[in-house]
Amino acid sequence: MEIITSMLAGILFATGVYNLLQKQMLRIIIGTALLSHGAHLFILTMGKLKRGKPPILVEGVENYVDPLPQALILTSIVISFGVTSFLLVLAYRASLLNETDNMEELRGSDHE
Amino acid sequence: MLIAVFLPLIFACLIPFLSKWKQKVHTGWFVLPIPFSIFLFLILKVGKQFSPISQSYAWIPSLNINFDLYLDGLGLLFGLLISGIGTLVVLYSIYYLHKTEQLSHFYVYLLMFMAAMLGVVFSDNVYALYSFWELTSFSSFLLIGFWNHRKGSRYGALKSMLITVFGGLSLLAGLILLTIVTDTTSIQAMIDQKDVILNSNYFGWILGFLFLGAFTKSAQFPFHIWLPDAMEAPTPVSAYLHSATMVKAGIFLVARFLPIVSLSEWFFFIVSGIGIITLCWGSFIAVRQTDLKGILAYSTISQLGMIMAMLGFGTDAAIFAAVFHILNHATFKGSLFMVAGIVDHETGTRDIRKLGGLMTLMPITATLALFGTFSMAGVPLPFLNGFYSKEKFFKTSLELEEASGIVQALATAMPVLAVLGSIFTFVYSMYLVFGTFRGEYKEDELPQKPHEAPFGMLISPMILVIGIIVIGLFPHLVNGSFLAHAAEAISGHESHAHIKFWHGFVPPLYMSLAVVALGTLLVITRKRWNSIYNVVPGTLTFNRVYDWLVDRTELFSSKITKTYMTGSLKLYVQLILIAIILGTISMLLITNGLNLEATDLARIRLPELLVVGMMVLASIATIFTNNRIAAILILGVVGYGLSILFVLYRAPDLALTQLIIETVTVALFLLVFMHLPKLEKRNESKGSIVMNATIAISFGAMMTIVGISSYTSKWFESISGYFLETSKSLGGGSNVVNVILVDMRGLDTLFEICVLGIAALGIYGMIKLRRKKEAK
Repeated sequence: MEIITSMLAGILFATGVYNLLQKQMLRIIIGTALLSHGAHLFILTMGKLKRGKPPILVEGVENYVDPLPQALILTSIVISFGVTSFLLVLAYRASLLNETDNMEELRGSDHE
Repeated sequence: MLIAVFLPLIFACLIPFLSKWKQKVHTGWFVLPIPFSIFLFLILKVGKQFSPISQSYAWIPSLNINFDLYLDGLGLLFGLLISGIGTLVVLYSIYYLHKTEQLSHFYVYLLMFMAAMLGVVFSDNVYALYSFWELTSFSSFLLIGFWNHRKGSRYGALKSMLITVFGGLSLLAGLILLTIVTDTTSIQAMIDQKDVILNSNYFGWILGFLFLGAFTKSAQFPFHIWLPDAMEAPTPVSAYLHSATMVKAGIFLVARFLPIVSLSEWFFFIVSGIGIITLCWGSFIAVRQTDLKGILAYSTISQLGMIMAMLGFGTDAAIFAAVFHILNHATFKGSLFMVAGIVDHETGTRDIRKLGGLMTLMPITATLALFGTFSMAGVPLPFLNGFYSKEKFFKTSLELEEASGIVQALATAMPVLAVLGSIFTFVYSMYLVFGTFRGEYKEDELPQKPHEAPFGMLISPMILVIGIIVIGLFPHLVNGSFLAHAAEAISGHESHAHIKFWHGFVPPLYMSLAVVALGTLLVITRKRWNSIYNVVPGTLTFNRVYDWLVDRTELFSSKITKTYMTGSLKLYVQLILIAIILGTISMLLITNGLNLEATDLARIRLPELLVVGMMVLASIATIFTNNRIAAILILGVVGYGLSILFVLYRAPDLALTQLIIETVTVALFLLVFMHLPKLEKRNESKGSIVMNATIAISFGAMMTIVGISSYTSKWFESISGYFLETSKSLGGGSNVVNVILVDMRGLDTLFEICVLGIAALGIYGMIKLRRKKEAK
């Protein structure tokens, strides 16, 4: 199963990167969201899947799932939410001001 | 001694406040006591019973680098020059620089240089030496560019910086090699191990690097080109850095490492050869200069060449002569620079073609110049110190040992070249003094009406000229007390040199007389030779090489930069991704980290497979959909799919959070998307699609491989057990994930909240911005 989830993470990374390389801002934001999904799955897989009970301590249970990746992912989910919402508003403002959401048209004009 | 080195630096920090505090007083008066007190401190050490002092302070003990200070005769001589000339230069600058100049800058740079230079001559640790060495280049850069509104100043500053720092880096390479070979960072300890160095494979490299450092700093041929351009600096700086002290750092370096470098059979050939070429070339070019400071700059180059040549002879007498000339050169060249500054200050020009007949108008200055130039020319008079060292130069050039081949050829030619260089030295010296102070007085061409300089300005050159005469009349005063110690410190054995005016009718005297006779002849018939002096392209060729190199480098780098700094974010992301992919894969291959034989896997079950399949389809669909709402909803499918996976993989907290966040995110997307332009059909070229797809697929594949490899190869014991064990006892909670977040790694969570706060502020700001605009 870990191999399959690794591949799924890889596919999420690939589609995320592909979207990231597009010109339109909405696609780029979708790309970053996909990337973070991929990363979460990636971290979770590395901690081994399904080796015991959920990490909530109960009397008499010895085997628990690795809690560390979960803590990392929890932090990451919240942060990626912050980033996504910031990017969304940024994209909204930028396209409103510049009347385009094409990144290639938004490059700076001065090269000096 | 530590205080002596750092006193100027500490004081430099106070300068800006002092100059603000008492604006009516010239800042120079505050600075003056610093070099003077260091001078007094050092002069008290002078005497027959002098013995080297060494002190050590821990600096970077983990790297075995200590801040070692070592004061021997050589260091003492240089220390006295630095502090003594420094005192006079500061005194002189008080009258030279007007109060309206940025004086606090000037004196900060000057003190910084003073500290750096003292550091160079006192430090025994090679890394301390190097640091101070570069600091001198740096402060010299700042001082040359002091009048930074002038183009010439900026050009000269950059040139000197590039050339001397290039030499400094080469010096660093040499010092590192020395450290590797000898396994010590102390210079004295290195000298003790000179046999080890001689037999090491790196000896040639060490030699080359050290010489490159020394020759660039001391403006030896063909690196001399920076010194004339450095004359854009204020005259006190030229007198101090570019004649008396900094340019002698290269000579100091050769002298300091003489026991090591003189072991090479090429030592004489390289050092004396370069030195004598510099002497002849510098003095020849000096003749055709029209700028007073230009003449002095080339003269400094040639004199440095002469000292270098004497060091290259390597005999005890020659080393003594070199040391003697270091002192003498500082006295006469320092005074001449100050005289040139006075002339410039009082007449408004340094162009010797416009000057003339100033003898009657500036009698004191003219007298000072007379002594300085005659001493420089080596005119045989018993009260000029320049004559003594030049005589010793001739004498030692005649006493060179027998050698073979090309080295012998150079040794044989040496006296002839020495005389040749000295003839031109005589010519430009006479030209300098008589061109300025005798001849026709051209009142109309002078920007200002000249008159004698204020007394304060004359004090410093006067003291130096008195020095010339005193050393000339009583050479034994300086010989026994510190010159002998300095020579001893270089060569390693006792110096028995004597300085006498009259040796009888011996070859050196004939050489001196020949120089005077031929020189006078050339001066008198100068007009006929003018065309010849100007025919030779001279330094221009080397300047062209320098300019060409600088231009090319700038062009080349800006071209390279333009190819990838196009302003297209997409290109940047592509480059970053390609770098990540290549870097990771090559590291995987290099470290043999590739390991795809996964064992100990969880069982595959149908519900999970279904969710995974759905997510795969959804994520691929994000690429192909051209409908905004569809794209957002499909993204939601991926997110919810992930939260189902979290449930299946027993991560209840993650599943909850992911569900909430996903819902909010989708809502946010839907809120914003109405304002965003519609998704366009992609009209990319095929090439760009292939490019993007290749990058994306290889990135995904790489992550899969990394994931599987790292799953299989566990190199470290997981720390998760610790959290499971101590969650209750230390954190007091049974939900381990929660305990980790709020207790064990509570600080991380705090920062996470900070990130959210920053994002919220940013969003708030951006929305607020719109409101304001709309309100207008």
